[in-house]
Amino acid sequence: MSEKLLVNPIECEGHGACAELLPEMITMDEWGYPIVDGRPLPAGLERDARAAVSACPTLALRLLRS
Amino acid sequence: MTTATQDMSAGDTATSLPRLLPRGGQLAEDWHTHTARHGRLPYRERPGDLVRDLNAAGLTGRGGAAFPVARKLSAVLDAAAKRRRAPVVVANGAESEPASDKDATLLWLAPHLVLDGLQLMAEAAGAQAAILYFHTDRRNDVGRRLRQAVAERAAVVADRVAVQLAEAPPRFLSGQETALISHLAGGPAIPTFVPPRITERGLDGAPTLVQNVETLAHVALIARHGPAWFRQVGTKTEPGSMLCTIRRADGAVRITEVPLGMPLKSLIASPDGQSLGPDRALLVGGYHGTWVPAAAASRLTLDNHSLGAIGARVGAGILVTPPPDRCGLVETAAVVRYLALESAGQCGPCLNGLPRIAAGLTELATGRPRRQTQADIERWAGQVTGRGACHHPDGTARFVRSALITFAAEVDRHNQGRCSGTNKKPFLPIPHGSARTEEDWL
Amino acid sequence: MSGINTSTALWYASRATGVVALLLMTAVVLLGLLVTRQGRLPGLPGFAVTGLHRNLSLIAVVFVALHVLTAIADGYVNIPLTAAVVPLASPYERLWIGLGAVSLDISIAVIVTSLVRRHLSRGLWRAVHLLAYASWPVAWLHSITSATDVRHGALLVLSVGCAVVVVAGVGWRLAAAASDLPRAERVAHLMSAVHHPMSAMHQRAADRTSRP
Repeated sequence: MSEKLLVNPIECEGHGACAELLPEMITMDEWGYPIVDGRPLPAGLERDARAAVSACPTLALRLLRS
Repeated sequence: MTTATQDMSAGDTATSLPRLLPRGGQLAEDWHTHTARHGRLPYRERPGDLVRDLNAAGLTGRGGAAFPVARKLSAVLDAAAKRRRAPVVVANGAESEPASDKDATLLWLAPHLVLDGLQLMAEAAGAQAAILYFHTDRRNDVGRRLRQAVAERAAVVADRVAVQLAEAPPRFLSGQETALISHLAGGPAIPTFVPPRITERGLDGAPTLVQNVETLAHVALIARHGPAWFRQVGTKTEPGSMLCTIRRADGAVRITEVPLGMPLKSLIASPDGQSLGPDRALLVGGYHGTWVPAAAASRLTLDNHSLGAIGARVGAGILVTPPPDRCGLVETAAVVRYLALESAGQCGPCLNGLPRIAAGLTELATGRPRRQTQADIERWAGQVTGRGACHHPDGTARFVRSALITFAAEVDRHNQGRCSGTNKKPFLPIPHGSARTEEDWL
Repeated sequence: MSGINTSTALWYASRATGVVALLLMTAVVLLGLLVTRQGRLPGLPGFAVTGLHRNLSLIAVVFVALHVLTAIADGYVNIPLTAAVVPLASPYERLWIGLGAVSLDISIAVIVTSLVRRHLSRGLWRAVHLLAYASWPVAWLHSITSATDVRHGALLVLSVGCAVVVVAGVGWRLAAAASDLPRAERVAHLMSAVHHPMSAMHQRAADRTSRP
């Protein structure tokens, strides 16, 4: 069972907490918005991914089962 | 001046076009002429019948996305069964593309075919609500024609599900599925995030089936003549016919019904039979489409298989040939300024990227371009693609990139301070009046 | 007679935990304002602002709980347990204890809705969270009406200080929000900014998307 990150760009305001907590999968564009790697989450990053999802002040970042 | 013309010669009545538009002229069909030509509405009564026929026919959406109709209908049926909620069916006539006029023309000339299709889909989906969504800012008073058509049908009790007419604001995003739902629900016509899909949870939380009005017109005919009849024109993988908006270099605009797979060069030839010179370009698919050099276009046919080879799509069947005295970069920059202003402004990348791309193109087209302007535009186009809640940034980026490729020689000229365009008057249609307040989206 | 007995100890504990709770709630409000404007604390990463805001709010509730329990356990005056959350249920000093109960009720609602935020609609979470703006002033009123010793000396300075920073913070946040553009105006604003690079200030204002 793999998990994938997904950001809701309407709710996202570019706080940047996600990129700080999961730089392996999330980087910031030149305007401060997250570029999310949508590939399956590698093993070992689940905890950081959950932290990133939880840290988002607008709950824009989601972790989906696929 | 938009005229509906049928350029196909009459063969036997089964395969001859046009199928959707009235034959020989621009007389709109009222209930009598409609039933005289097509017969009465063939309600299927048996559930599953229409889905099977649509599947066999291979009908795909004619709104631009070309999604298989049977698949979407099945998705709505599944959601309705799972959640025990009656679906809602929406006929999407908000074509929104300034360069496209085929839906407005269809609604003006053959509204009953669309309304038949709407009833048949409502029956197949088990819907208890049907809505026809359309623009009022076009040339003809489509609203009045539709109200007339609905009244005619009421007089003969043709419809089993009452049809509600709803007006779309004049925004580029109005026809986008989730924006349409948002507007029907009383809010602004701006997209919402998917998931959940609207086939699962749409208007008022009900499974919602949105189909382009032309698609519904084809449904109405498939229900009468069967899937085999539908497949008599078109290609094996992309069967059937479609309405195209063809804007010629001389300014003429034609709405034509053509079989899929038709060679592009016969579609865009000028009245005297001249084909486009090799230095010309053609815009395929509207403002989210692709600029195609004339040389390449002469080898292509109107289907996604052929067009896909050069990264283009059929879309909503818009083919525009600007005249040789216009500069492709100037035209593109003007369109992208319009597209940027039509952004809903909800998503950071689109809000930030599109205006900057527009400014960069303006600089390239009419200003004094700096060395890094083109690189900036390409970087921004990459940054916005796939990062919005809808495909507005993606489509705009595709349009921009194709312009930079197709007009590369023109870019060089502009970098040296020259421009091959001698006529500064805009050719590609751009509506006046951008959205300034929330009211403009309601 | 020794001045220290159980009741006195409990009374002091209640006062002390009350003061700490107020300080923590003040910090929580300020951090919340910082989150909405994407502010940073020097030397800390961005996610720390949100993290501190949430963690301190939980610690604040713990101190409020201690404050309430020590006050109830102190038998010198009779405050029923229910008065902690049911306003006006205490026969003793009905009003200011009632204020405390209201503030605690709101805080519990804010925290519970935040813990289960994923399962709530955004509108509901936001509406409850906005009540936090009511919880703090009510808590402050509770504290200054609760006892005479708050009204002079160090405790007065502390109370007034907390009020000043919260009012200043909310004022700053409202002023900043007033310059935010409504959604329908953002892209037009940015368009004119990028087409006329002189107005870089307007461009910065237009760059931001919505604020809660």
